[in-house]
Amino acid sequence: MLEVLNLFKSYEGKPLLNDISFTVAEEETICLLGASGSGKSTLLRMIAGLESPDSGIISFNGLDLASTPPHLRDFGLVFQDYALFPHLDVNENVAFGLKMRRLGQDEIAQRVATSLELVSLTGFENRKVTDLSGGEGQRVALARALAIRPRLLMFDEPLGALDRSLREGLLNELRSILHQTKIPAVYVTHDQEEAFTIADRVLILHDGKIIREGTPADVWANPGSAYVAEFLGLGNVIEAEVIEKDKFQTEHGIFAAECAHKHSKGDRVHLLARPLPTENVRVERSDPELVERERSRNALRGVAADVIFQQDRFKVTFDNGLYVYLKDAPRIGQKISVRVQVECLA
Amino acid sequence: MDGCCVEVDMETGKQGNEETRRQGILESLSTCIPVSLYASRTLLWLLPLSFLAILFFFPLSKILSLTFNLETLTPENLRIANFALRFTFYQAFLSTLLTLLLGLPSAVLFARYDFRGKSILRALTAVPFMLPTVVVAASFNALLGQRGLLSTFFPLSSFPFTGTLTAILVAHVFYNTTIIIRIVGATLSSLDPKLEQTARSLGADSFRVWWNVTLPLLRPSILAATLLVFLFDFTSFGVILLLGGSQFSTLEVEIYFQAVRQLNLPLAALLSIIQLLCTLIFSILYSYLVTRNSPQLAPRSTQNRKPKNLREKIFVTTFLFLLSSFFLLPLSSLPIRSLFRLDADRGQRGEVQYGFTTDYYTELFINRRDSVFYVPPFQAILNSLTYASATVLLSILLGFPAAFALAKPTRLEKILDPLIMLPLGSSAVMLGLGFIITYGKWLTSPLLVPFAHTLIALPFVIRALQPAIASIPERLRQAASSLGASPFEVWKNIDFPILRRATIAAGTFAFTISLGEFGATLLISRPEYPTIPVAIERFLSQPGGLNYGQAMAMASILMTVTVTSILLIEKFRLPNAGEF
Repeated sequence: MLEVLNLFKSYEGKPLLNDISFTVAEEETICLLGASGSGKSTLLRMIAGLESPDSGIISFNGLDLASTPPHLRDFGLVFQDYALFPHLDVNENVAFGLKMRRLGQDEIAQRVATSLELVSLTGFENRKVTDLSGGEGQRVALARALAIRPRLLMFDEPLGALDRSLREGLLNELRSILHQTKIPAVYVTHDQEEAFTIADRVLILHDGKIIREGTPADVWANPGSAYVAEFLGLGNVIEAEVIEKDKFQTEHGIFAAECAHKHSKGDRVHLLARPLPTENVRVERSDPELVERERSRNALRGVAADVIFQQDRFKVTFDNGLYVYLKDAPRIGQKISVRVQVECLA
Repeated sequence: MDGCCVEVDMETGKQGNEETRRQGILESLSTCIPVSLYASRTLLWLLPLSFLAILFFFPLSKILSLTFNLETLTPENLRIANFALRFTFYQAFLSTLLTLLLGLPSAVLFARYDFRGKSILRALTAVPFMLPTVVVAASFNALLGQRGLLSTFFPLSSFPFTGTLTAILVAHVFYNTTIIIRIVGATLSSLDPKLEQTARSLGADSFRVWWNVTLPLLRPSILAATLLVFLFDFTSFGVILLLGGSQFSTLEVEIYFQAVRQLNLPLAALLSIIQLLCTLIFSILYSYLVTRNSPQLAPRSTQNRKPKNLREKIFVTTFLFLLSSFFLLPLSSLPIRSLFRLDADRGQRGEVQYGFTTDYYTELFINRRDSVFYVPPFQAILNSLTYASATVLLSILLGFPAAFALAKPTRLEKILDPLIMLPLGSSAVMLGLGFIITYGKWLTSPLLVPFAHTLIALPFVIRALQPAIASIPERLRQAASSLGASPFEVWKNIDFPILRRATIAAGTFAFTISLGEFGATLLISRPEYPTIPVAIERFLSQPGGLNYGQAMAMASILMTVTVTSILLIEKFRLPNAGEF
């Protein structure tokens, strides 16, 4: 369906997007995940035709879109700030795209009703858009985009302006609407939870490039780089030096990790130490033999410096900056050691 | 949240970047957006710029060539110019100082306090700014002039007013206080109250909050407002001529005097170039100040409250009284004076009927052909209305494309903006002079008047449209576009409906400006096609109670029409600017 090929775009002489290629399949929702300024919104606007790339091809069903102006692309667009037309009411907003398509009165009315029903806003037809709450506003924007039965839906941080509880509810609704309507979608966000909830496939943008692409589960399991692991908050990223196969020296001790990469002795790599919820806590004693035995097992050691309650666990940060999750809260100042799962990020 | 700034910058960056644009054209004709943008920019500027070129810049070049001529730069001419320049600065400086003295506390009053009659008082302070100079002059004349209410009812307390510097200064304060109130007040009420609250919580008392937080934040807007007031005082003409008289030779009055009375066009040209240079510097300074502190577009809900302690109550009451009497007395004197016969008409014999009369109004419609130059006042009213309608059409037609381009400025617009605003800085008298020098042979035709009025109204029309256009977020158009609206449909369905109100406001603006325009019209209008202000000036300069009364009556009519227009503008001017 949508195909983006070798897209380049620079802004004030600096490259913003650097050789971007990806596709969106039928019924698929992909998510462009990236930090502020990573160019993901610009990418979205180029797909919408609101901006043009320096070079590269954007095509849909094999047809190059370069000569198609935005209003003929049939791509629905939902903005963070909704962009509802302030001089039109809810009904007129949703009907806008249908009027542009010169549809008959009856069909417009029927489609508006269907769209509003889809976003659970039946009965809101005559409300002024300036009187809507944030969540309602975004639903109207969604209904407006859905009403035209677009070939592709695009979301630019659609939930960014909403508070947390509203965001979760709307996100789930959005997911089921996308499944129901089977419209392929490109979703842009900087929020990884949002991305992992909505997306069939996640594309992580960094420094103008797609540095990781895959299903949420895959990306979660194999972040592939220190940046992704850190950006997604998967755990402690530790610099290490290879001392022998599957053995790594770090400033926090020696770790063992099965590693599929080809390393030679002395290579600098990054390790990911995932703080899995565990009860396996040891209060350290000054028994040298015990300490030595601990060292051979992948464990993070440190003095508990900060303990944060997080629903079903405690996040414990050590004085050396590492953190782990524990079932029971340790005392501040307690020396502890926790086993962790260690992976090599290369 | 994410990358918002980057996105917005990308938008302007794209348009501003010549290279990208050219690349777009060369590489593929299909990248429609850069191409259409490039073409449309030129197209947008075509009409407004040609208009300005023909009617402003060409006459300006004529004035310039007349100025830089050895025969013009004689010691005598330079002496007159030097004297006029110094006096212009002197009176503008005094006027501005006095305006600040009244305006700054008033700005605080309106931005911070709630009191009864606030909106009425605020509107009242704004009325003079929109009033034609002849009306203001006539109003003060009706209150404090030799035939005015005060000297008639309290002959002992009367003091010379018309013909003094005081009259000029008072009228200037009366005119421009609203600028301070509007500009400084707007910043004041859009300041985040959390800033002051934070300062309080950090231990600053209310004075130190003012001195260390509020005032520094206000400084740019105070500077901008001051500069604007100075600019208006500097180029003031009607007030000085009508209330002071031609012995107060500011640059403006001297230009008029030399051009019309002495027929010394070279000296008039020299004076107007000096004037233009000064106003140019002020205008550039002003737009620098304004662009450097781009105003917060989304005003926060202001923290208005009723005065609490005694100090605040005294402040509010004092200024309430001061402002309402200062603005209400002259404005109400005019219609009152126009309805009362207080002295004998010229040549009137026998018992004079003092008291209430509508004669001054009915006389307006009587055609007394006892003078060659006499044109019935009614005809002047018709002339004015015709000119005003033409001005509205022309200025809207020219103002829209310019405002569209300026609403999303590129480098081109940053250069063009001061050029477009130049007629605002150059005085009306100078525009008239330029017309006389350049298009003198067409002066017999009444057509030049609406052109001159459009020249003056255009900056206002653009400035009224531009924020409304800019207030439409680009995303609104993008959303419409993604929903299938073609560029024209976007304009028809999004821009136009939202702009309708602003357009009505801008049109009314143009209408009002044309009705009241005095300086340029005085120079270029033919005696047989006078406008209302020109007719008022004639009546005021002729002796006799009837002439004075007719001047009052016409000024009252003009005031009524203008005030009605102001109400219209207020009604239609971006009422919900904060919403988008």
